[in-house]
Amino acid sequence: MPVISYREALRAAMSEEIERDPNVVIMGEEVAQFNGAYKVTEGLLAKYGPKRIVDTPISEAGFIGMGVGAAMLGLRPVMELMFFSFYSVAFDQIFNNAANIRYMSGGLISCPIVLRGPANGGTNVGATHSHTPESIAAYHPGIKVVVPSNAYDAKGLMKSAIRDNDPVLFMENTILYGETCEVPEGEYLVPLGSAKVMREGKHLSIIGHGRPIQLALKAADLLKEKHQIDAEVVDLRSIRPLDEETILNSVRKTNRVLYVEEAKPFCSVGAMVACIIQEKAFDYLDAPVKRITSLDAPAIYSPPLEKIQLPTVDRIFQAALDVLK
Amino acid sequence: MSKKSPSKKAEVAVSDYDARLAPINVKLGQDEKIQLYRDMVRIRRFEERCLRSYQQGKIGGFLHLYIGQESIAVGCVSVMGDNDHIITAYRDHGHGLAVGMGMNEMMAENYGKYTGCSKGKGGSMHYFDPSRNFWGGHGIVGGQIPLGTGIAYALKYKGIKGACLAFMGDGAVNQGAVHESYNLAALWSLPVVFVIENNGYSMGTSQARSSAGPSLAERAAGYDMNWEILENGHDVLEVRDKVSQALKLAHEKSLPSVLEIRTYRYRGHSVADPDTTYRDKQEIEEYKRTKDPLMVFQNALLAEKTLTDDLVRKIDEEARAEAENSAQFAEASPYPTVEDIKKDVYWEIDNPADRKSQGALFFD
Repeated sequence: MPVISYREALRAAMSEEIERDPNVVIMGEEVAQFNGAYKVTEGLLAKYGPKRIVDTPISEAGFIGMGVGAAMLGLRPVMELMFFSFYSVAFDQIFNNAANIRYMSGGLISCPIVLRGPANGGTNVGATHSHTPESIAAYHPGIKVVVPSNAYDAKGLMKSAIRDNDPVLFMENTILYGETCEVPEGEYLVPLGSAKVMREGKHLSIIGHGRPIQLALKAADLLKEKHQIDAEVVDLRSIRPLDEETILNSVRKTNRVLYVEEAKPFCSVGAMVACIIQEKAFDYLDAPVKRITSLDAPAIYSPPLEKIQLPTVDRIFQAALDVLK
Repeated sequence: MSKKSPSKKAEVAVSDYDARLAPINVKLGQDEKIQLYRDMVRIRRFEERCLRSYQQGKIGGFLHLYIGQESIAVGCVSVMGDNDHIITAYRDHGHGLAVGMGMNEMMAENYGKYTGCSKGKGGSMHYFDPSRNFWGGHGIVGGQIPLGTGIAYALKYKGIKGACLAFMGDGAVNQGAVHESYNLAALWSLPVVFVIENNGYSMGTSQARSSAGPSLAERAAGYDMNWEILENGHDVLEVRDKVSQALKLAHEKSLPSVLEIRTYRYRGHSVADPDTTYRDKQEIEEYKRTKDPLMVFQNALLAEKTLTDDLVRKIDEEARAEAENSAQFAEASPYPTVEDIKKDVYWEIDNPADRKSQGALFFD
């Protein structure tokens, strides 16, 4: 099976969907002639031409709102945010218009749009460019939120997102763009709302989403190596819809939970998952649910400090030991 | 269409302009003229009935009445073709009736009833009827303008010879989303007509206190877009003429335009606005006396004997009865159920047989 990068996997997904559906159009800043600020869309303009691959001005409220309007009339725009952080410039268009149009029209209008781009810290670009807004997005009924942690899921989830008839916010990660794994050629879909057990274990469940899943897998190796602890690692992949069943099955099996994510702790996805666990699997818990998040401040620029602000393998490792005490 | 300064516009001898002689109006038959008049009367009577219901506590939230501006929605919609689309802000009752929505479904929406056009989920500010190319009804000032631009984008993308009329009030022109839309529309030659219904006041703030520059439409010049000011927004025939020219430009050359249509609203910004702080009654009375769109058109049609006093009375009575019936229909209609609260949120939940995703979409 071919080994390709997360970036190539996303590109393959978009290519396949462009070829499959004439209503799919890729839009964003620098996606065409520049080949993508992070090269996710590299080569697509040459292959599909300027009707399908469209460079926009730096005008997020304008072009994302335009995409929402075009989606109302049946196009399937896949809009790149160069940094997902720029979603805040288009907040009204995303959360008033895309999220609510179906509801306020009593179901007469749908909005099959995908907003995608990197939502992560760790690259020393400071607080304005390092937002991780998955809980803010998932807060809004009408919106779906996807956060793939690896190339295989990135491709399968992107294809599902483009075919979805509801607005999907697809949060990628610049640090993962170059990471590779085995990805089949051609058609396969990963459904939204299905979590994946990345590693089986029995002593505790490390549940999370996004790049911290990769860190959790490393921490799980260390736990095994140093303490003979078998940690189960569960990747949510999709925040809304949420695979509660896979979460709860893991909790019932291990009785101990550590949630890992890159977001800030207040009202995070982990906070929501902890709430669901205590409500639906309280009797199975042998310890409080613990969370590892970014340290609670705006993203710091200073490179060595930013590494510490974000979740690390060591912090996950130590927290796992705490949960097992 | 003028493209530079207003002074250039004056050179084309504005005083000689007679909207009645415009080709689109010359060909109007008697029945069509009567229908234009009837549509304006229906809007006014509907709005008056809405006001009564609001005062009776039957309608919640806000109620933004269109009284005084009827010639704009009616004039614009009357020149739209099958592939033309329309989107507006929250003062949307006139546009809804003009595109052919029924008073019943509109009034029921105001009452929050399940028989409303949005099943009671949108309210007065959020009417929609995509089957009539009407895409709302939007609550955030200026927020609908990118959507209208996107509708035009989709039409062009699909190779459909149509356009989108994107309406806003004079307050919207200071929103960033409007300017971003102007830029995109001009940059990509999108078939969109931006219509500013300038009633002089963004809520309680006059144009002089809110908007810099000589006029609102002229800002389009910065984007090298066609623009024009319609001083006589109360004249349904002038609206028809100028809007049809802008639509022609959109259809034939895929060019956007900005039209600023001067108009006036008789009631407050919403019914909650006591309307005592920012203008005097004399100003309102003066407009009603000289420029009321219904009266002006009625007088013209009476003079040319298209209308008779009897017919005027009959049209008025029918409109009042229609509006009264809609209030009774709304009153008698059921509210949505608690189960309805979570419907129409996700397409997938409403179409379970076609659902592809898994997991929970709603949470307790």
